[in-house]
Amino acid sequence: MYGPLWRLLPGPWPVKALLSLILVVGVVAVCFVWLFPAIAPLMPFNGNSVHNGP
Amino acid sequence: MSASLLMARDSPAWLPAVCSPGMKTTMKALRWVVGILGEALITLGLLVLLFVSWQLWWTDVTANREQAGTIQALERDFGQPGRSPVAPLARLKKVRLGDAFAIVRIPRFGAGYAKPMLEGTDRDTLISGVGHYPGTAMPGQVGNFAVAGHRTTYGRPFHDIDRLKKGDVIVVETKASYIVYAVDRHVIVTPYQMEVVAPVPQHPGVPPAQAWMTMTACHPKFSARQRFVVFAKLVKSIPRAEGLPASFMAVPARAA
Repeated sequence: MYGPLWRLLPGPWPVKALLSLILVVGVVAVCFVWLFPAIAPLMPFNGNSVHNGP
Repeated sequence: MSASLLMARDSPAWLPAVCSPGMKTTMKALRWVVGILGEALITLGLLVLLFVSWQLWWTDVTANREQAGTIQALERDFGQPGRSPVAPLARLKKVRLGDAFAIVRIPRFGAGYAKPMLEGTDRDTLISGVGHYPGTAMPGQVGNFAVAGHRTTYGRPFHDIDRLKKGDVIVVETKASYIVYAVDRHVIVTPYQMEVVAPVPQHPGVPPAQAWMTMTACHPKFSARQRFVVFAKLVKSIPRAEGLPASFMAVPARAA
C-alpha cells in the first residue's frame, strides 16, 4: 500500500518526500483532533470518580 | 535466454525452478496479500503509539492551557481579595453542570498550583478541571464536599494525591470566601464504594455534624481499577474581604 502510494505521488523524489511528509502531518492532525478524542471515552483507564454499580 | 532460466530468476530461491504457471500466480497473490497485511499491521502499531503519545502528552498540553484560561477568568470574576462584595452561599447552590465556580489551591502540589473546580464528575467535566459530585455539600458546608480529578492525563490535577500528608492545606477559593481544609487521612477503594462521598465519609446514613472534603482520583496511576481517596476536614472559612493569610499558602517541606 505504501509502494503504490509513493509511485502515485508526482515529481522527483524530493517532491515526493515533501508530499509524503505533508500527508503524514495531515493524518496525525486528523487523529489528534477528531479520532483520538472520539475513542478516548472507550478506553478503560480514564475513570476518576466513584459511582453506582459496574 | 531460455524460458526455464527466466522463470528461475523470477522465483524466490526456495521455490522449485520448475513450478507450474498456476502455482506461480498463486504465490504472487499470496506475496501481495502478506505484503499488504504486513504494512497494515505496521500502520496499526504506529497508530497505537500515536494514540499513547496523544493520551499521555497532548491531552496535558491542551487541558493545562484550557484550565489556565478558566483560572484567569475565575480570578477576574472573583475580583481582588478584600474588595469584592460577599456573594451568598445560596448562589453557589445554583451552579449549573459543567460550570466553573471555584479555584482549588494545594500548596503541597506547588506554590503556583491552581485548578478550576467545576460542577459535575462526568468525563467532559473532568477534562476541564476538578469536578464536584452533584448533590454533595458545597465548599465549607456541613456535610461532604466531594470532588474528583484526573490522576494522569488531561492536566492531571490530582497527579500527586498520594503525596498529601495529614495536615496539608487545601484552599477552595470561591467568590465569597476562602475555605481552608486540612488533610485527615486517605483510603484506597474500588470504584463502586460510594460511601466515601457520604455526608460523613465512610459512614453512609449518619447525619453530618462537621464539614468534610473528599477528593477521589484513579489508582494506581494509569489504571481505573481502584480509587485513591483523601478526606480533609474544614479548618476555617475566611470571607474574601479579609484575604487569605499567607501562612496557609506556605509550601510544606518535602519531608518523606
